[in-house]
Amino acid sequence: MKPAAFDYVRAESLDEALDVLRNEGGDARIIAGGQSLMPMLNMRLARPRILVDIMRLAELRRVEPRQGNIAVGAAVRQAELLEWPALDRDLTLLSLALPWTGHAQTRSRGTVCGSIAHADPSAEMPLALVALGGEVVLRSARKRRRVAAHDFFLGVMATDRNDDEMIEAVEFPATNGRRCAFREVARRHGDFAIVACAAVATERGVRLAVGGVADMPVAREFDILPASALDGALNAFAWDLDARDDFHATARYRRDLVRMIGHELIAEVTR
Amino acid sequence: MTRMAAEQRHRIRFTLNGEAVDRACEPRMLLTDFLRHEIGATGTHVGCEHGVCGACTVNVDGRPARACLTLTLQVEGSEVRTVESLADRQGRLGLLQSAFRRHHALQCGFCTPGILMSLDALFARRANADEAEIRDVLTGHLCRCTGYAPIVRAALEAAAELRGETNREAVDA
Ligand code: FES
Ligand code: FES
Repeated sequence: MKPAAFDYVRAESLDEALDVLRNEGGDARIIAGGQSLMPMLNMRLARPRILVDIMRLAELRRVEPRQGNIAVGAAVRQAELLEWPALDRDLTLLSLALPWTGHAQTRSRGTVCGSIAHADPSAEMPLALVALGGEVVLRSARKRRRVAAHDFFLGVMATDRNDDEMIEAVEFPATNGRRCAFREVARRHGDFAIVACAAVATERGVRLAVGGVADMPVAREFDILPASALDGALNAFAWDLDARDDFHATARYRRDLVRMIGHELIAEVTR
Repeated sequence: MTRMAAEQRHRIRFTLNGEAVDRACEPRMLLTDFLRHEIGATGTHVGCEHGVCGACTVNVDGRPARACLTLTLQVEGSEVRTVESLADRQGRLGLLQSAFRRHHALQCGFCTPGILMSLDALFARRANADEAEIRDVLTGHLCRCTGYAPIVRAALEAAAELRGETNREAVDA
């Protein structure tokens, strides 16, 4: 199908983009790589009256360390982050999760922030942000504010972003030597996850985050536990996610995957 | 600020297969439709129109891209290459295309232009791409005819040839 008609603004400065959002926010959508938004437009699940293209804004096209975090600007494509020289060392979890994000043909255009703005519950970038306890930097003509990942995602494709705001950057805490692991089960590599899990070592144990099951990625802290207690804790986590049956998998299969992959990843990062 | 009104046509300039394009289109015009209906370059195919099948894959600024998920206005100033660029002016097949023919890597051919463009972009970046990388790129495409195995064989042979490993002249020399 084809998109419904819209005006198109090729923003030449961030202020221009923010002005459009201030004046017509509810009717406007930011387009960056378009790999989440374009399918929505083509299927007419979204019918914005204005698209604001931010890909010419050099100030949004940066990956940079910021006080222990790595900030990824709104115009940074997934393929570009994948090629960032310090990725393995400073964003280890992203180096594991990015190859699972869409396909080479969509990572080439899709942005990291765009996937987070779209907030699909089974997408990898929101999952990584939640697992690492990162933050979203939102910007409007009035102000800039920071929102913790777990407060940003509110439901299926629903976020804390207001109509007059755009994501300016997301910040992932740098790896800092902590061990990370990632695993995903999907029908076809690169398709949306049936279950995706990310684990990050913490001082007391592991933070395990799960995508594809609840309405948004969910993280939980696990202390280092004896095997039997860990079984129980993982089982409780799997049930708390409120898995549902759908076209791709049953709720029971999803709980099974959470328990199994959870075990594997926790072993991997606490070894 | 450049605001382009929905119902009007706006100037768009980019390079298509090495030649300058200077035309006009509405903001909602997809790159697939622009290529096929405005330019008449029908080598780029349209399957699903929501990014799943890969038939529409072209090359934008050296990277593979879904033309159905790209607005024409987004490629302003870009370099776009399509399957039409792979054969020479006399219509002789390119190296990758010849390998596809030898290995029967296509039957109906619907998926082929997209797969060729993805592999072309892969080999341009990674001349040493191995089978795992080729298969990884192929996960971005659906082929309902071949079962993929002949596509992988053709791609591996083309890659070897590109590296000069099975090049007859090189062996003879
Ligand atoms: S037509 Fe573009 S991916 Fe199917
Ligand atoms: S050759 Fe028919 S779909 Fe691939």
